[in-house]
Amino acid sequence: MPHGEPLLAIRGLNVEFGLPARPVRAVADADLTLAPGEILGIAGESGSGKTTLCAAVMRTLPRTARVSGRVEFAGKELLSLPEREMARLRGRDLAMVLQNPMTSLDPLYTIGNQLEEVLRERRRGGGAGRLGSAVEVLRRVHLTAPELRLRQYPHQLSGGMRQRVLVGMATAAAPRLLIADEPTTALDASIQDEILILFRELRESAGTAVVIVTHDLSAIRRLSDRVVIMYAGRIVEEGPTVEVFRAPRHPYTQALLASLPRIEEEEVVLQPIPGQVPDLARLPPGCAFAARCPAAIPLCREERPRERTVGERHRVFCWRAGEGAA
Amino acid sequence: MSAAAGERPGDAGGLFGGRIRAGAGRPPLFATAICLLLVVAALGGGAIAPYVPDEADFTAILAPPAWVEGGSLAHPLGTDQLGRDMLSRLIAGARISLLTAGAAVLAGGTVGVALGLAAGYLGGVVEAVVMRVVDAFLALPFILMALAFVAALGTGIGNIILVMMLTNWARYARLVRSEVVSIKKRDFVLLARVAGLRPLPIALRHILPNALTSILVLGVLDVGRAIILESSLSFLGLGIQPPDVSWGLALAEGRTYMTVAWWLTVWPGLAIVLAVMSFNALGEWLKAGFDPRGRL
Amino acid sequence: MARFLLTRLGQALVTLALLTVLIFVLARLTGDPTPLVLPSEATEADRAFFRQQYGLDRPVHEQYVVFLRNVLRGDFGISFRYREPAFDLVLAAIGPTLQLAGVSMLVAILLGLPLGIAAALRPGSWLAATVRGYASLGQAMPTFWTGLMLIFVFAISIPVLPSSGYGTAANFVLPAVTLGFYASASVTMLTWANMTEALRSDFVQMERVLGIPRRLIVLKHALRNASLPIVTYLGLQFGLLLGGAVVTERVFAWPGVGQMLVDAILNRDYPVVQAAVMLTAVLVMTINLVVDLLYAVLDPRVSRS
Repeated sequence: MPHGEPLLAIRGLNVEFGLPARPVRAVADADLTLAPGEILGIAGESGSGKTTLCAAVMRTLPRTARVSGRVEFAGKELLSLPEREMARLRGRDLAMVLQNPMTSLDPLYTIGNQLEEVLRERRRGGGAGRLGSAVEVLRRVHLTAPELRLRQYPHQLSGGMRQRVLVGMATAAAPRLLIADEPTTALDASIQDEILILFRELRESAGTAVVIVTHDLSAIRRLSDRVVIMYAGRIVEEGPTVEVFRAPRHPYTQALLASLPRIEEEEVVLQPIPGQVPDLARLPPGCAFAARCPAAIPLCREERPRERTVGERHRVFCWRAGEGAA
Repeated sequence: MSAAAGERPGDAGGLFGGRIRAGAGRPPLFATAICLLLVVAALGGGAIAPYVPDEADFTAILAPPAWVEGGSLAHPLGTDQLGRDMLSRLIAGARISLLTAGAAVLAGGTVGVALGLAAGYLGGVVEAVVMRVVDAFLALPFILMALAFVAALGTGIGNIILVMMLTNWARYARLVRSEVVSIKKRDFVLLARVAGLRPLPIALRHILPNALTSILVLGVLDVGRAIILESSLSFLGLGIQPPDVSWGLALAEGRTYMTVAWWLTVWPGLAIVLAVMSFNALGEWLKAGFDPRGRL
Repeated sequence: MARFLLTRLGQALVTLALLTVLIFVLARLTGDPTPLVLPSEATEADRAFFRQQYGLDRPVHEQYVVFLRNVLRGDFGISFRYREPAFDLVLAAIGPTLQLAGVSMLVAILLGLPLGIAAALRPGSWLAATVRGYASLGQAMPTFWTGLMLIFVFAISIPVLPSSGYGTAANFVLPAVTLGFYASASVTMLTWANMTEALRSDFVQMERVLGIPRRLIVLKHALRNASLPIVTYLGLQFGLLLGGAVVTERVFAWPGVGQMLVDAILNRDYPVVQAAVMLTAVLVMTINLVVDLLYAVLDPRVSRS
């Protein structure tokens, strides 16, 4: 979906933790663009750096993190923005929904109180024309009995209901970008779909671009236009969702897709990836996946693979991707 | 989803900064040194002390510390109203304070651990009774509890140890019971049970060693508390009695001379603060290492 | 919620009953009070009459029933020393003690809360290190020594405050600072720990990405969540303060229960000892119950379920 000027452009982003002498690179050399209204899925196992990447964009990393590179959002370079201006962007143009809906609301205040707090904050910055009332916000995310919910406390709502409230809060001011970190992981399977539909509606109604971060590939397949696969802090493959799922080029992507539970003759088959996620503090000089890769050649262990374009907006970081053998 | 390094910013540190403390951190060397010094003073006090602690010298009454005008190196920390050497009295006080505190912690710990083991392992009526008694013993501020026991039992070293034991055993019982209840459900204990081991061997061989680190941490932290309790009682005249020497007692005696001889009240107080701070620092460090979840 | 409070009340009553047993046993351990009360020239018949009158010749369990009945009526017997009902003596002294503990509590909160919050907001800073040092010192300094040092500085070296006595506002300063400083150490550490935990919680992270101002996040959300355990702790702390008051009262000649208790022990005035211990126990447990009630009011998860 090429739209001309990108909404978000990440260039050479690096995030390091730990001692400078022995750094742990949680995100390494990330390049990524996102068009307005586009839905992007970021997938990877725990420790692949996907959440750190989002926190870097939101500038909510702990102080101990060292960040370099550029993050351009709607023409502004976020990493060098003063905290005051960054705070003005958060929740307004740039919104995020965190991992755990069960604990992401303050247990001591009613839903109404917390939602009003968000709305008050939005009104302060102008642009109030688009803002609805608290009830309207809850209605927009299809929460049943919104008037009642406003008077209730978080513990009186189910996980799915809380997630709707959180999505409503995050998108009250129709942000241009919504980042959702594992938005469905903590929820029942039956509710996951409804939350995903909510994101799509948001794109249709407000033109909001969505980045959905998850290790649940099926959610990405159902929702996103484009997918990014991360491994050990690096992007290893990126392309249109349909194409990546139909013809994955990186052996890691292939393994991930193979590990999806499949129903074969009424039996769910789960194929785990052999080997372990590498220690980020002791990465090999070559490809980080080489130790687990069935197609690895000596070159893979010695030199880091370069970017290779394998289709329309489809790129992959693998020495063997070009050979067609992988 | 497990939290790998840097994966979740929420786990990697506080929102408004990094994490407070990753683990046990650096060992408190100074505190450990002070603790060791005190133990040495307690065990070999007589050999180190320059004078006999209760030997009066009427030619050197209320001599100030060496660096104050009128002081001499013969009595580096000065002398008291009877001309007794302050340094020697501090060392003798360390002996009493540490021995009573140590004995009380050991005795209270033993009783508490035994009752806690019984309550946690046997459950039922034993547990209900023990825990209610524990509640009753913990309901009152410890100094008040100690005073009630002193009123009944009397003063002196032996009684004070007994009193301190009576005021501290309940904490061990509560800790051990909760440890046992959680350990009891773990596989190796269930296995031992299935294998037909009897309650006592299971408790001693499998449960106790697992609870030992928490007990140790509580014990070290308790030494500081015991030192404060003993010195408070002695200060009130309800603890160690002369001719025995204790920091709290020395303070109470020196109080009368505060206007003319500050060193009588400053040194014993500093000794208490230093000792308690050192044992607490050691305990906190152990706690950070062994008990990151902060259950103690 | 009513059930939660009833359970707590029941537990408190059981504990109280056990305490009466304990105090009764302790009273018996002290032995026969007859020689303490009667003059040495009393005859054997006098002694027998005294024992009979006080029920000391009856079996132990009967004595306990009598003791319990009397305790419930607030009758702990006549003070051996003052020849007045022990309960009345103690009751008269409880006022000054409560005042001292209350003002000290205020001092502890005023010192401990801001220090704990400041340290939690700046982990790893020199400020946090200073606060840690302050708390370690506060926990290690026995109140009697703090009190003496304050007297030495502010009543002897620079005589600006009275070193003892009761009645004026100036009399409060040194004792309340002594006791309040001691209590502020643990208030500081507890506030720090709970504030740190609250600042790390998911909802604080969420509020931050929602663009809620930091001032609101800290004061409205984190602080209120952190304050729940702090409120509970302050209740327990008040009990500790009543204990600490015993020593502080002694240092500053404060006419409270602690002073009276120590005097009574030194003079073997057992009725007063029992009355003082029992009354303080009831007070401490009442405060704990009130704190439980307060907790239930403050936390909608308890009050609305």
